[in-house]
Amino acid sequence: MSISAGTATPNVELGTAVKRKHRTLWGDAWVQFRRNRLAVLGLFLLILIVLGVLLGPFIYRVDPKEINILDASVPPSLEHPFGTDDLGRDMLARCIYGGRISLSVGVVAMLIAMIVGTAIGLFAGYISRLDNILMRFTDMMLTLPQIPLLLVAMSLFRDPLRMRFGLEMGAFVMVVTIIGVFGWMPTARMVRGSVLSLKQKEFVEAAVNVGVRNNSIMWRHILPNIMAIIIVAATLSVASAILTESTLSFLGLGFPPDVPTWGSLLYENRNYMVKSPWMVMFPGILISLTILAINFMGDGLRDALDPRQRQ
Amino acid sequence: MGSYILRRILTAIPTLFFISFVIFALLALSPGDPTGNLPPSLPMEIKQRVREALGMDQPMPVRYVRWLQQFMVNEPLNAIEKATGIQIGNSEDRLRITSWTARGKPVIDLVMERLPQTLWVVGLAYLLSIVIAVPVGVFAAYKQNSTFDSISSVIAVIGFSLPTFFTGVLVIQIFAVWLGWFPSLYNTTLDVTNWDTFVQQVKQMIMPVMVLAFFQIATVSRFARSSSIENLRQDYVRTARSKGLGERMVVMRHVVRNSMIPVVTLIALGIPGIFGGAIVTEQIFAVNGIGQLLIISIQSNDLPVVQTVLMIFAVLVVVFNLIADIAYGILDPRIRYS
Repeated sequence: MSISAGTATPNVELGTAVKRKHRTLWGDAWVQFRRNRLAVLGLFLLILIVLGVLLGPFIYRVDPKEINILDASVPPSLEHPFGTDDLGRDMLARCIYGGRISLSVGVVAMLIAMIVGTAIGLFAGYISRLDNILMRFTDMMLTLPQIPLLLVAMSLFRDPLRMRFGLEMGAFVMVVTIIGVFGWMPTARMVRGSVLSLKQKEFVEAAVNVGVRNNSIMWRHILPNIMAIIIVAATLSVASAILTESTLSFLGLGFPPDVPTWGSLLYENRNYMVKSPWMVMFPGILISLTILAINFMGDGLRDALDPRQRQ
Repeated sequence: MGSYILRRILTAIPTLFFISFVIFALLALSPGDPTGNLPPSLPMEIKQRVREALGMDQPMPVRYVRWLQQFMVNEPLNAIEKATGIQIGNSEDRLRITSWTARGKPVIDLVMERLPQTLWVVGLAYLLSIVIAVPVGVFAAYKQNSTFDSISSVIAVIGFSLPTFFTGVLVIQIFAVWLGWFPSLYNTTLDVTNWDTFVQQVKQMIMPVMVLAFFQIATVSRFARSSSIENLRQDYVRTARSKGLGERMVVMRHVVRNSMIPVVTLIALGIPGIFGGAIVTEQIFAVNGIGQLLIISIQSNDLPVVQTVLMIFAVLVVVFNLIADIAYGILDPRIRYS
């Protein structure tokens, strides 16, 4: 579909200056995106969660680390909307605080994966000499058993990093690097695929013929054209990074229990799940909602940004 | 076909070496130490001798080759010997990989004790998910944009968005706590001897299998759907219809067979992944499988066990990659010649 319905009725009355709305690629994509109700719902949910996590501490002023044994294991009430844990710490405050860490892990790990993945995909696709070796390497990385290796790597390198960067920062650097390092391969493959097909296009040929340098062709001509794919991959990789972080933390090998993230909240409260289910339900629901929202959004973005998918 | 399979096997070998090297290097670089669990009052010289006896003073390449020999030659021989009872070579003198914590028990024995539980749960979940996911995906594709399609698509996205550790917790809450249908923990000492224990075994397996299968159904059905949609648009479908074939024939004989090609690959490639997922499920339901063994040995710094379990996962990945490639070659002759 080249013209989206409704917005462009060609002006038949000659002579009258009708202002046509200027349309851009992104404007077009937005129109397309809005049609997908689930994607919009996902975007809305995600904004809500991000705002809640960012602004939460300013509105809900409860210390997530304050221990109050007298108020231990209280079910959700007006005073503690998400209840309290076994030490009487407020679960809502802990979920907000944990959400900040979980979401930033997702974003930073995504950035690492995207930078590495795009660079490798771009070089492999554009420079034929490198293609074979880079893709071999990518395929080998893909065959590594991810979760088990992540677990082992986490447990082995946790202490040295913790000494270097401190308790919280050390764990953050560790988790983010490991997830990023193991997460770039799908992006690299996708980028390579589209670079290979873009390389055959006339505009690249034209650029080569007028004498544009290889570097410029890569950055100025090819990269902007694969932006759409990168954005979709980035969105989905935030979701998978959050999922991986919480899985590691849930197995007790991500963030240490005294640093609340959604995953480690589940880990530290897992023994109370029968007696006081709210301790695990709220963090679990938050993780699930976030990932669900991002995945719905990612699907919508894919449809909106990839014109070939449109019907 | 023969040369195609041979080529695939030849490319699988370097992959296996790469993975084994990553695993070896990861653990060789780690600060863990077999003497760490010995009493601190032990004099340094004795600790040093323990290290030497374990070969820790050798240079890294030597250790890698010896380690590889252990995994690729010695232990498989031991396993075969144990399974068949036939003595091969001088088995008494053959070095064994032993656990650092479980009183020096051979690691293979530890793994063998736990493998059946994992295989049962994982295998059943996988079978169940294929049986459900493929028809759902194909039907959703056939009725594209129908109510069935949109509902199954939404459920699929939910399925792979919900982390297994949360669905596990949720399922325990609903079926074990509220409804009281199934036990919340896996009874690992249960021996299936009669009908009652069999029922008990089935009951305790339902929840872990359900959790694992739900995730897998979501992934496979989405894939089956998009692959079928692609095939439904092909010219050969139109040809089949126009020569008067019934819809049933068109879909079952032509579309399904062709669209299953990538699905088979996905299924084969997903098997190692589901073992990874089983780590979480085993942890939630306290199933004593190899996933739990991995977690325990990581926590107790039992490197030989960790290495063995990782190697088993790695070999699984490579073997199933190979199976996927070969299956692809059989199903789609075009692949063989490219």
